[in-house]
Amino acid sequence: MPNPMTDSKDDLKASELVQIQLPSDSANPHPPRFWRSLDELNNGAAYQKGLAHEFPEGRFPKTSGQGGLNRRDLLKVMGASAGLAGLTACTKLPPEKIVPYVRQPEEFVPGIPLFYATAMPLGGIGRGVLVESHMGRPTKVEGNPDHPGSLGGADVFGQASVLTLYDPDRSQVPIHFGHLASWDGFIADFGDHLASESSTGGAGLRILTGSITSPTLADQIKSVLSQFPSAGWHQYEPCGRDNAREGAKLAFGQYVNTIYRLDKADVILSLDSDFLFAEPGGLRYARDFAGRRRMVDPSGTTNRLYVLESTPSITGSLADHRVPIRSSDIQAVARAAAQGLGVPSGSDAALPAGMSADWVAALVHDLQAHRASSLVVAGEQQPPSVHALAHAINHALGNVGVTVIYTDPVEANATDEIKSLKDLVADMDGGRVRTLLMIGVNPAYNAPADVPFVAAIQKVDFRVHLGLHQDETAEVCHWHVPETHYLEAWGDVRNYDGSASIIQPLIAPLYGGKSAHEMMAVLQGQTNLSTHDLVRGYWQRQAEAGHLAPAAASNFETFWETSLNNGWIEGTTLAVKQVTANASAGAATTAAESNAQGLEIVFRPDPSVWDGSFANNAWLQELPRPFSKLTWDNTLLVSPATAARLGLQREDVVKIVLEGHEVEAPVLILPGQAANSVALHLGYGRRRAGGVGTGVGVNAYAIRTSDAPWIAAGATLTKTGDKHHLVTTQNHHLIDQNGQKVEEESEAAFDRHVIRVATVEEYGRDPNFAADPPEETTAAPSMYPKVDYSQGYSWGMSVDLNTCIGCNACVVACYAENNIAVVGKEEVDNGRDMQWIRVDTYFRGDLDNPEAYNEVMLCQHCENAPCEYVCPVGATVHSPEGLNLMVYNRCVGTRYCSNNCPYKVRRFNFKLYSDWDTPSLYPLRNPDVTVRSRGVMEKCTYCVQRIMEAKIVAEREDRTLRDGEIQTACQQTCPTQAIVFGNINDPESRVSKLKAQSRDYGLLRDLNVRPRTTYLARLTNPNVEIKG
Amino acid sequence: MDPVETNNLTAVVETDEVIAPGQTYRSVSDRVSDMVLEWPIGYRWAAGLLLALALLFVLNLALGVVFTIGVGVWGINIPVGWAFAITNFVWWIGIGHAGTLISAFLLLMRQQWRTSINRFAEAMTIFAVACAGMFPLAHMGRPWLFYWLLPYPDTMGTWPQFRSPLVWDVFAVSTYLTVSLIFWYVGLLPDLATLRDRAKKRITKIIYGIVSLGWRGSAVHWSRYEMCSLLLAGLSTPLVVSVHTVVSFDFTIAILPGWHSTIFPPYFVAGAIYSGFAMVLTLAIPLRKYYHLEGFVTMKHLDFMAKVMLATGLVVAYSYIMEAFMSFYSGNPYERYMMMNRMTGPYAKVFWTLIACNLVGPQVLWLRRFRQSAWLLFGVSLVVQTGMWLERFVIIVTSLHRDFLPSSWGMFYPTRWDYMTFLGTLGLFFTLFYLFIRFLPMIAIHELRDLVHKKQEESHAAVH
Repeated sequence: MPNPMTDSKDDLKASELVQIQLPSDSANPHPPRFWRSLDELNNGAAYQKGLAHEFPEGRFPKTSGQGGLNRRDLLKVMGASAGLAGLTACTKLPPEKIVPYVRQPEEFVPGIPLFYATAMPLGGIGRGVLVESHMGRPTKVEGNPDHPGSLGGADVFGQASVLTLYDPDRSQVPIHFGHLASWDGFIADFGDHLASESSTGGAGLRILTGSITSPTLADQIKSVLSQFPSAGWHQYEPCGRDNAREGAKLAFGQYVNTIYRLDKADVILSLDSDFLFAEPGGLRYARDFAGRRRMVDPSGTTNRLYVLESTPSITGSLADHRVPIRSSDIQAVARAAAQGLGVPSGSDAALPAGMSADWVAALVHDLQAHRASSLVVAGEQQPPSVHALAHAINHALGNVGVTVIYTDPVEANATDEIKSLKDLVADMDGGRVRTLLMIGVNPAYNAPADVPFVAAIQKVDFRVHLGLHQDETAEVCHWHVPETHYLEAWGDVRNYDGSASIIQPLIAPLYGGKSAHEMMAVLQGQTNLSTHDLVRGYWQRQAEAGHLAPAAASNFETFWETSLNNGWIEGTTLAVKQVTANASAGAATTAAESNAQGLEIVFRPDPSVWDGSFANNAWLQELPRPFSKLTWDNTLLVSPATAARLGLQREDVVKIVLEGHEVEAPVLILPGQAANSVALHLGYGRRRAGGVGTGVGVNAYAIRTSDAPWIAAGATLTKTGDKHHLVTTQNHHLIDQNGQKVEEESEAAFDRHVIRVATVEEYGRDPNFAADPPEETTAAPSMYPKVDYSQGYSWGMSVDLNTCIGCNACVVACYAENNIAVVGKEEVDNGRDMQWIRVDTYFRGDLDNPEAYNEVMLCQHCENAPCEYVCPVGATVHSPEGLNLMVYNRCVGTRYCSNNCPYKVRRFNFKLYSDWDTPSLYPLRNPDVTVRSRGVMEKCTYCVQRIMEAKIVAEREDRTLRDGEIQTACQQTCPTQAIVFGNINDPESRVSKLKAQSRDYGLLRDLNVRPRTTYLARLTNPNVEIKG
Repeated sequence: MDPVETNNLTAVVETDEVIAPGQTYRSVSDRVSDMVLEWPIGYRWAAGLLLALALLFVLNLALGVVFTIGVGVWGINIPVGWAFAITNFVWWIGIGHAGTLISAFLLLMRQQWRTSINRFAEAMTIFAVACAGMFPLAHMGRPWLFYWLLPYPDTMGTWPQFRSPLVWDVFAVSTYLTVSLIFWYVGLLPDLATLRDRAKKRITKIIYGIVSLGWRGSAVHWSRYEMCSLLLAGLSTPLVVSVHTVVSFDFTIAILPGWHSTIFPPYFVAGAIYSGFAMVLTLAIPLRKYYHLEGFVTMKHLDFMAKVMLATGLVVAYSYIMEAFMSFYSGNPYERYMMMNRMTGPYAKVFWTLIACNLVGPQVLWLRRFRQSAWLLFGVSLVVQTGMWLERFVIIVTSLHRDFLPSSWGMFYPTRWDYMTFLGTLGLFFTLFYLFIRFLPMIAIHELRDLVHKKQEESHAAVH
């Protein structure tokens, strides 16, 4: 629905209630860290006056002599104090404009949240989301089921973005030379410089942005560039897609955007690609992949996934055949496969160590057998030549137009971004840049190590930074202007398939931030422009020009509202482009690219903090990284074999020297990492991230060069002798002191049938391979009377381990939905992380290439819950619908329930973990969920607040709940729909049908706890031609 | 019969009788009451009390921090939700058991040798229960709501959850404390009256006069006293068995491997008596030395207590072996893993230390030579107490730290506040004990006189 904040100033701006206005004068450059009221923070005259009112010295009559008060004086004082009491009450109004609910806006019903469709840009590319708004406060991000790039799923970044909105460390006021300043002051100052620039046509003006897909912003930039014809626009995205773009150029002679159709692919080869997670279309790909992967019964079919990768990825954990090899060796394998498929592939290259010709032959057979239903995906970190090879193979297999389609680039101005940044730095260094405007970028932190950005910028006369935080780049700029969060300002963005979404603000800017659009408008001399009008105007022009659906032109208002409501603009999806691959593109590879043997270092965007822009997001910092379960750090990931060869142990700090740049990083030995390949995630080692992210981890950008931004050879590792303590939530001692074995944790997991897995073939032979023995599923004798759950609703959950990719989105969704506290590195180390849902990972097999199994673990809502009968005060009890309830205000904190929980899913507030002191975090909280205090046990509730809300609606409408009406937060966000919740008394519900499948099993059912959460066993679909 | 003045403080008369020969009514009364009324405050006592007070201060500090910041200052976590606090609780409660056994059970069994040790053993019980009772309170997340565990008529109609063993604990421990306290106080009455009569200072007379509740030693008093003692002994005796049985339910009722075991109740009771007698020895041996009570607390007593320790130690050893055997014999993979993990896992050193302390060490008590050496016995008693503390730690922590789902396995490492809370309760215990031995007769005077009487009867009978 359209945003009510748009139309006029008269509408309610609930956001203003929480708006914090810092003083605009620079009288108090160091505002107090904590304050009781906004007034105190301002310490303005009104506050001082108020103080005087409350403690009015001299208003009490001095007692004269020894007589003390006489009756007359006493009455006077009493009267005065009564008057004063009233007086202070009258003067306690907040200084901000507050709006009473005299005219209640149409959609607003106090207590009922509203959902708005918008889009979250990441790396410039949009992800469609729905945002829940409680009385004007956005509290929760969810996937948008109507959005083609989301289909209802959301990832960790989307889920966590709402915390970034309320981040207390966000930049709150324009800064000029380190002093508090004002927007007006900035406009005046900037205007002067622009005036001098316009005389030269903007020869000294440069604009640096990230990858821009926003049509409106691109349009604005275009018109700025026409106004300043000599000015330059540079784009730099630290985790950008240069390789994919250049690979397309290599293959097709032009930039194209590649879109995969995983729902149509039966055999998929991933060449170092984490397409289920780390690509702009990851959410959609994960959904499509899972749809094809899912098996209802043994008669169905499933897909097969081959993964070649150097460091374990989310995609790799689902592979049927995964081979860990060095990223730089993947090209040789790709070429061998291409050769097998008859694609020209250049010179013969020997297969790298760890790859057998048989394996490649089997792969080739499989691909050939699935012409037009196979897919080869090259990783974004792989060099352009591998992309070109992948394009050529897809072409040769007839996959183009079926499993892979091409469109024009989604970027408004696709370019070689690293070159773009280098050009800018060269210009700055050459003194050719006088005015530099940086929008939403942080090159002082994330520019490649060999691009001397910080040194060069010193030669620029006038530097402006628009950013969410006063980061490393703000530090080297004359002006820093706070940027709006995507939930605060209008905008638009293109999604992975080119379709455009309008970014709707959910709240007025908390700190008076300015959007990129407003900044561009300033360049054009428009200083009080409404961004809403700007964006709407752009699309209206598009409609009138006939670029959109015909209906858009005739009735734009309706079209606009429909687009806002749907979350994307119909008719904007880029047309499928017919391109012919230059068949010998892959052959163009020079021998040098398949470089020498030796140790390689691979850089990757972090699965939690991405390129570093989420470094100050505590939810993401505390999120256990996939496989390693590491929190609050990044590490050099080393394979067990390589660690043994180099004599490295976990937590050893090594000095990494790469082309003269060096950084020190702790080692984490990770099974499944390729030998002779070490990996370091980007996004850490921030100097000015904020209270959460500053100083966490090591800065990989410090050694990442522009020539080899992803895969670099020639790194040397030297042990420094120091140790850095690493904190993981699981697998604490995965590797023993000798670096030898996957610890008994994983072995025990299989002994105990925690993970059940079979090949598709075995499944066909024995569909009940995972079934629990009948005596465990029927009721065992009990001292207590049997409870009849057969009437009404009975809640249950099914988790499909066959499609769970372990992406952590459910964990962050749970943080946001249930007001879960963050405890910090030290407390995670103490074993006190508060996540209600976790992704357990177990390894099986060879240490260097183990199979990894993810298992989502949350409260199982046992019918015979062991936690309940041991609680001395009845603080955890069962509902008639089978929910294991936790009554926070009855809990006295004996922790007996947790001791007796076989799944250890209960979480205890050992200290006061919830942040009760940071005012900016108050509006973040979900008002339907208690914020827990110290000494109280908590755990997954199956989102009981959502159940109750839906039940109330259903009762008012005098009907029963429909299946799917209640979605738990984890279920809602799950990109692969692996989590399904519902009424198990209804045989037609999705969850009942899943539980009826033969692969359904319950964990620890032998304990007679009768869990309501059950799992669908994992299946693998190996190629029989490949042994072992 | 002429009472012989025996006030020889220096003579160390080791004897194999339950009371040294030559004691008379007068000598007994003088000897015990003088320690309270006449003796000056010794520097050893003062130094000991000071040390205990220092430890008590540590307790105050630790509890202050625990109550202010939360139980998070301890090393507990998920999965190890209980550790030192509950270990200490079970350990202290166990120690208390010896006192009850001596004063009640042995009274009913008409064991004369209990006479000279029962008073301070009972005092030990009460102080130990006081220390123990603190822990369930302190370990709660929200200790200010402790009264929710009590069945009181609440306006919301809420009651404790009676299926929880923690509620049973509340009843068991509070009953235990109440009965022990009454029993102890009733037993003190005649002696308090003796002190009242012998006191020279007026204030002392008044204080002992009040607390002796008007005891005049009339035949009616004595008759009622005897009946009352017998009844209280009858009440207390089942408590020796029941309290630690209920405490063991805290574990057996859970489904956790390593806790969920039917052998726990007898095993815990035996362990309690084992550690309790060790504590009595730990207290008795220095006391008889520094207060020259070798004539009252004789080698005979030490020998008997050593034998009780040996016997209960064997029950405990049997329990360990059965527990291990059943883990493997059950065929249950969780049980087997738990036992293997105890023996070879990260806490294996603790486990083997416990085995050395509880199983191996006390076997020296088979030898009369060891039972006859007070200081060796003292050493053994310390070893046993260490072992019993470790036993509870092993049961609680090694069972919790690796249970069913391997993903949730973790470790417990104690923090300084864990240690300080434990050491602090030692401070509380010894502070109370030091005050007790100074202000109350640490040996029951009237019972000793009764014993002297009986010995005389016996010798008369032998003469005739």
